[in-house]
Amino acid sequence: MADGATPANSAQGSGETRREFLYLTAGAMTVVGAAGALWPMIDSMNPSADVLALSSTEVDLAPIEEGQSVTITWRGKPVFIRRRTGAEINTAEETPLADLPDPQPDADRVEKPEWLILVGVCTHLGCVPLGQKTGESRGEFGGWFCPCHGSHYDTSGRIRKGPAPKNLEVPPYVFLTDSSIKIG
Amino acid sequence: MSFKSNNKVVQWVEDRLPIISVMHHSIYEYPMPKNLNYLWNFGSLAGFALVTMIVTGIILAMQYTAHVDLAFNSVERIMRDVNNGWLIRYIHMNMASFFFIAVYIHMFRGLYYGSYKAPRELLWQLGVVIFLLMMATAFMGYVLPWGQMSFWGATVITNLFSAIPIVGENIVTWLWGGFSVDNPTLNRFFALHYLLPFIIVAVVMLHLIALHTVSSNNPLGIDMKGPQDSLPMQPYYTIKDLFGVGVFLLAFSVFLFWAPNYMGHPDNYIPANPLSTPAHIVPEWYFLPFYAILRAIPDKLGGVLAMFGAIAVLFILPWLDRSPIRSCKFRPVARIFFWVFLLNGLALGYLGGQPAEGWYVIASRVATAYYFFHFLVMMPVILPMIERPRELPSSIHEAVMKS
Amino acid sequence: MKKILSGFFAVSLGCLSLPVFAAGDAVELPEQEWSFDGVFGTYDKASMQRGYQVYKNVCANCHSMDLVSFRNLVDLGYNEDEIKAFAAEYTVEDGPNDEGEMFERAALPSDRFVAPYPNEKAAAAVNNGKAPPDLSLMAKARVGGPDYIYALLTGYEDAPADVEVGNLTYNKYFPGHLISMSAPLFGDDVEYGDGTEATVEQMATDVSHFLMWAAEPKLEARKQTGVKVMIFLIIFTLIMYAAKRKAFAKVH
Repeated sequence: MADGATPANSAQGSGETRREFLYLTAGAMTVVGAAGALWPMIDSMNPSADVLALSSTEVDLAPIEEGQSVTITWRGKPVFIRRRTGAEINTAEETPLADLPDPQPDADRVEKPEWLILVGVCTHLGCVPLGQKTGESRGEFGGWFCPCHGSHYDTSGRIRKGPAPKNLEVPPYVFLTDSSIKIG
Repeated sequence: MSFKSNNKVVQWVEDRLPIISVMHHSIYEYPMPKNLNYLWNFGSLAGFALVTMIVTGIILAMQYTAHVDLAFNSVERIMRDVNNGWLIRYIHMNMASFFFIAVYIHMFRGLYYGSYKAPRELLWQLGVVIFLLMMATAFMGYVLPWGQMSFWGATVITNLFSAIPIVGENIVTWLWGGFSVDNPTLNRFFALHYLLPFIIVAVVMLHLIALHTVSSNNPLGIDMKGPQDSLPMQPYYTIKDLFGVGVFLLAFSVFLFWAPNYMGHPDNYIPANPLSTPAHIVPEWYFLPFYAILRAIPDKLGGVLAMFGAIAVLFILPWLDRSPIRSCKFRPVARIFFWVFLLNGLALGYLGGQPAEGWYVIASRVATAYYFFHFLVMMPVILPMIERPRELPSSIHEAVMKS
Repeated sequence: MKKILSGFFAVSLGCLSLPVFAAGDAVELPEQEWSFDGVFGTYDKASMQRGYQVYKNVCANCHSMDLVSFRNLVDLGYNEDEIKAFAAEYTVEDGPNDEGEMFERAALPSDRFVAPYPNEKAAAAVNNGKAPPDLSLMAKARVGGPDYIYALLTGYEDAPADVEVGNLTYNKYFPGHLISMSAPLFGDDVEYGDGTEATVEQMATDVSHFLMWAAEPKLEARKQTGVKVMIFLIIFTLIMYAAKRKAFAKVH
């Protein structure tokens, strides 16, 4: 805009250049100011301090028995915690990687083989798979089954069949003691 | 308006929707009088304030909860936990006041220079409509934090409508959606507080169309007669408006960063309590003159009528002032009474903030009477009898050259 | 035109300085000096830590502070472990658990300050019918802010002979002078960790400082942002002014 309608009686030489320079600077300052004012507004839509304060959750594992699953909430999403049986661990460990659409050994998906901890969100389109409660379908591979579009997960939470492209996500967690973990 | 561009895309759009030529005409080459003073900055400043209010308001609405149990704490969550929430909320709070400052100066500028006179009557009336909408928006916005002043302000102002004969009580119940100011009231105020600013934008568009049809008035109050009297908008008035924005923001920032609650009221940091009224209920400062007029009349309906009348009289102002001369520069007597009127308005503002007792009541009545006297008697009757206007210059260009 | 302009500006400035709000019948408050006053004001962490101690040991017996979380204490200069320990001193109700029972657990940094009473009615019932107000915003919800809190805490004195106090207490600075809260500070109510002598004035200063932070935790960020914004705006305005002068220089 700075090169716009300058008056016809404009002088020549340095006066003209200085005016152009001032207009350019003025335009630049306006853009910088507007951007600087807009950024705090955009940033305000990022997670707020109270949301971030809840971004880690401590879970006591002691009450969970072998073969049992519990669902807890972490960052507003379900987290599946399953204390796997020996048979489930064996199946998961012995599955050849060639059979997997998203190859990953079971050992890379657990800290301790007994405890499988997963974000309970189907990697297809974000539904919550079935298989946590007794009596729910666990799919063809004994893990989880997503009812939305029929994805089957195995006992390591890996995708085996159906449209989902990836294995169920493992959230970041650490063992605080032998029987308690901190997720996030 | 033939417009040709070398850019094919621009030309393609232009052939189907003449938006580029309209924009080019109205914000680029639009001729403005070349003798505008800094008082003509306040229109663009008001527009700037409106945009700021809408942008910050939309962001705040994303974090605010319109429920009586949650509203107060959701505002405090904005102040404490939301990233930059304190900044955005304080901008919204203080810009509301600065919006009114800009608009009041804009209006008094119009009064002084006769910007409401033919052919600008509709332009002026649209401005009054914007002013009314602003007051409604500001009032409902002040209710949203659900503090003590929010609640009791809402109660008092909505109760004004109970002064209407026969159906008054029904109207108030309807406004509340219940039998007191409560959750339904808060919810509808939030919905309307979000809606009205966009209606204001629409009326501002009409205001601008009217402005560009009749062109800007100027300090001399005489029409532009040719190119020697005018300057194109760009770069002259764009740059001047931006300078105005800089000064405006400097003043604004002093309040925003160092006295953000100066124009607010401490009681609004106490959550609303329907069982306990604060000792002094005072509206926001920009309502005080009208609040003083309301209280000056010792009759409920009369007070309400006077208050609305004080704004209604602005609607018919173009026909009350019968002088053919626009600018007070050439009206030696009208000029004096302009300042008297301005001081009277400030006095009303001061009195509106004082308790309704003692000499304050009498002073409020005198000031209210003068307010109406100025419009209804001074302007149409007395001034034409006693005033002899000065001679107008023959053109803007000539006047500028002389000075 | 200059005259009109300056008239307008004088009037609008004068308008701002008018005492818009009714002063009420409160006594004039003595003004204190605070580190958070002024253009570059910041909070004094040591004073806030002492103030937190006074709040915790004295005020919090009756007053809630619902809007402040333990995690916010990081502003006072405490580290994460200290804050965890502060929080763990309290229990909060959580639940329901899988059996549908509510249960008690130690408070976490993400929890709000724990209120002394379960609700306002309970608070009123044990305090002569008047619930002690929440302190989160006290420093912004009273005219005078921290000056008022300091004045109030140090303003207890014997009632004049002609004043009937009933079950209330006389306070020089409370509007109306008769306050439900009896004098809370007597000197040495707490033992300061940093060895500062816990006089009534010292404790009143510290707790006022703490309450100002509680009411306006973003004050430091606000003032620091303000300085930067002002510097930008001054440059912005000067450039606009120069450009405007240049543009209009040739206009006759």
